[in-house]
Amino acid sequence: MPFPYRTGFTQFLRGASKVKKVFTRPMSLKDTPFHYCPGCGHSIIHRLVAEVIDELGIREKTIGVPPAGCAVLAYNYFDVDMAEAPHGRAAAVATGIKRVLPDKLVFTYQGDGDIAAIGTAETIHAANRGERITAVFVNNAVYGMTGGQMAPTTITGQVTTTSPGGRVPLRDGYPLDLSEMLGIAAGSVYIERTSVTTPKGIMKTRKALKKAFMVQMEDKGFALVEILSPCPTNWKMSPAQAVRWVDEVMTKTFPLKVIKDVA
Amino acid sequence: MKGRIVIDMERCKGCGLCIIVCPKKQIEISDQLNKKGYYPASFKEESEQDLEKVKCTGCALCAITCPDVSIEVYRQDKDDEKDESEED
Amino acid sequence: MAGKVLMRGTHVLGEAAIRAGCRAYFGYPITPQNELPEYMAAAFAKMEGAVFLQAESELASINMVMGASIAGARVMTSSSSPGISLKQEGISYLAAMELPAVIVNMMRGGPGLGNIAPSQGDYFQATKGGGHGDYRVIVLAPAYGQEIADMTRAAFDMADKYRTPVMILGDGMMGQMMEPVVFPEPLDPASFPKKDFVLDGCQGRPSRIVRSLWLDTNLEEELNWRLVRKYEIITEEIPDEEIYLADDAEVIVVAYGTAARIAKGGVHRAREAGQKIGLFRPKTLWPFPYEPLKRLSRKIRHMVVFEMSTGQMVEDVRLAVEGRCDVSFYGRPGGVVATPEEIARVLSGVYRRLDHGRGAAAESGHTFRSVGSA
Repeated sequence: MPFPYRTGFTQFLRGASKVKKVFTRPMSLKDTPFHYCPGCGHSIIHRLVAEVIDELGIREKTIGVPPAGCAVLAYNYFDVDMAEAPHGRAAAVATGIKRVLPDKLVFTYQGDGDIAAIGTAETIHAANRGERITAVFVNNAVYGMTGGQMAPTTITGQVTTTSPGGRVPLRDGYPLDLSEMLGIAAGSVYIERTSVTTPKGIMKTRKALKKAFMVQMEDKGFALVEILSPCPTNWKMSPAQAVRWVDEVMTKTFPLKVIKDVA
Repeated sequence: MKGRIVIDMERCKGCGLCIIVCPKKQIEISDQLNKKGYYPASFKEESEQDLEKVKCTGCALCAITCPDVSIEVYRQDKDDEKDESEED
Repeated sequence: MAGKVLMRGTHVLGEAAIRAGCRAYFGYPITPQNELPEYMAAAFAKMEGAVFLQAESELASINMVMGASIAGARVMTSSSSPGISLKQEGISYLAAMELPAVIVNMMRGGPGLGNIAPSQGDYFQATKGGGHGDYRVIVLAPAYGQEIADMTRAAFDMADKYRTPVMILGDGMMGQMMEPVVFPEPLDPASFPKKDFVLDGCQGRPSRIVRSLWLDTNLEEELNWRLVRKYEIITEEIPDEEIYLADDAEVIVVAYGTAARIAKGGVHRAREAGQKIGLFRPKTLWPFPYEPLKRLSRKIRHMVVFEMSTGQMVEDVRLAVEGRCDVSFYGRPGGVVATPEEIARVLSGVYRRLDHGRGAAAESGHTFRSVGSA
């Protein structure tokens, strides 16, 4: 039996003097349902990027570069031109596209393993060249698609499948603060760390993403938004626990702030 | 200000984040499975006939938080009642 | 630059690429090919809209090539053996995504860091795929300055025509040698037909995806077979070779690139001594010219494969010959450059051991594998 989820709707309309739709799906997002796990931050971030693309009116001149990782299928969701990069190489692929098509807008969408481990070199050098690209860095402190292994951003003590007793810095190294590193690069213009765990954080992330695209539109240099994003499945938490863990634990290692803004 | 949300229950994965953020506590987990096998969120005021009793304000926090873009939000602004003619 | 000009190989390649409409180059320095990126940097600095970028690594440069190809440019990268190993990741993706690109490998001694001297140790890597997965790369092996110019033009045309990466396989000697060259007329990139896979923003058309992930095994299999069908067409259309003094030959030396030039010198010397020896030189290494070599193997008695390696192409020669004549191998790996006299000695030795009615057939069927000098 289908859900009667629209039965009350007409009643509402009948009683209303003025009804407007205040929230709906952005144009730049295809109608495809997301494959992500319940409570995953990826799809929120997808929506925010799509909303910003809509708002800036750049859907027909934007090219996205998704990563290897959970978000590799991002091209199934964004209704913009999308090119899949090898693991870690999004910044290089985006550089190639942007250099040939300087009038178009190019964004990368990368996870923590992608951008801060295997793709560290590509990312730092793209930032240092002041490459006119927008990087969306989704930090969930874990390798999601491969099943929850330790990531460069796994915090000290965090249990993962490859740090079963918790991350021990003397053995596993420290969590890497890539955004701070990129802030040092002379070519980076705008770097902010946000989270998508509360409506407020989500709106702030949206604002940061918009600014990161505008930095590119104004041809100013490299912009990146690092977004702390829950991964309930690999953290072995409920979605509610996961957002709380981001707010209460993860932000201690990765504080939410504008890391660099010389835009 | 009165609002109404429409939850696409086949898209919803029952993560429950909308329930946490709803300031009026008007969303709950359904007791009926959807096709994907999740218990989706459902809007408590779905069948509310009396506009005066409606608690939803259409603040859209649920929709903003929903990871699956499963919620659409409609709002009726009392302040705008004088604009009725041009809207309807 | 009308008429004949005297230029070194790397510069010939660069100029020919630009004349083929190449407007994007990404690379990372490595000897012995640095004169090529230097030529591109100087030339592109004067050309509006042309992109030269020195990347932070070979990995980054091949992925920038991928991006530029996705954006529709005729794009090239170049490197030498160790750097080409790093590029293999991207080359596999280029093949999977069916993206055109031209990759130049000026081979050097290996394995490992090896040395910077001319070598041919990357034949397997170039012709058998190189990276992971089921794919092939078109491999062109010029031996002369003029051929570098002609093959570079052809490489870009083939890359676009077949939507596949194309490799130009040379070595340090070929890159450094100065020879007279006549360049083809330059092409205007604006005149190229629009590519239907390019990502340039979805204005007035549905959005496009360039990808290589096919989680559905049926779709991945479909891609694999589609590539095979394409490779069959390529194998039908482009194999090329030079057959030299083979009409009366009893012994044929098979060699490519720089080794073939040396071998040709050896053939000349052997001919002066009255020995009926010819040359077979594959100009395309993949697809390998199996058929003409097979035909040749029916009428000659012995093939000597000469490579500046420990023996890689010799396997393809044996596949073509299928036992119809003897095949032996002579190799100088490690960056050692053999002399024509040395090759002449090897060829003459083989020739003398043939039975010329003097009842000396004891060693018929003997093959040898020389390491070091003759």
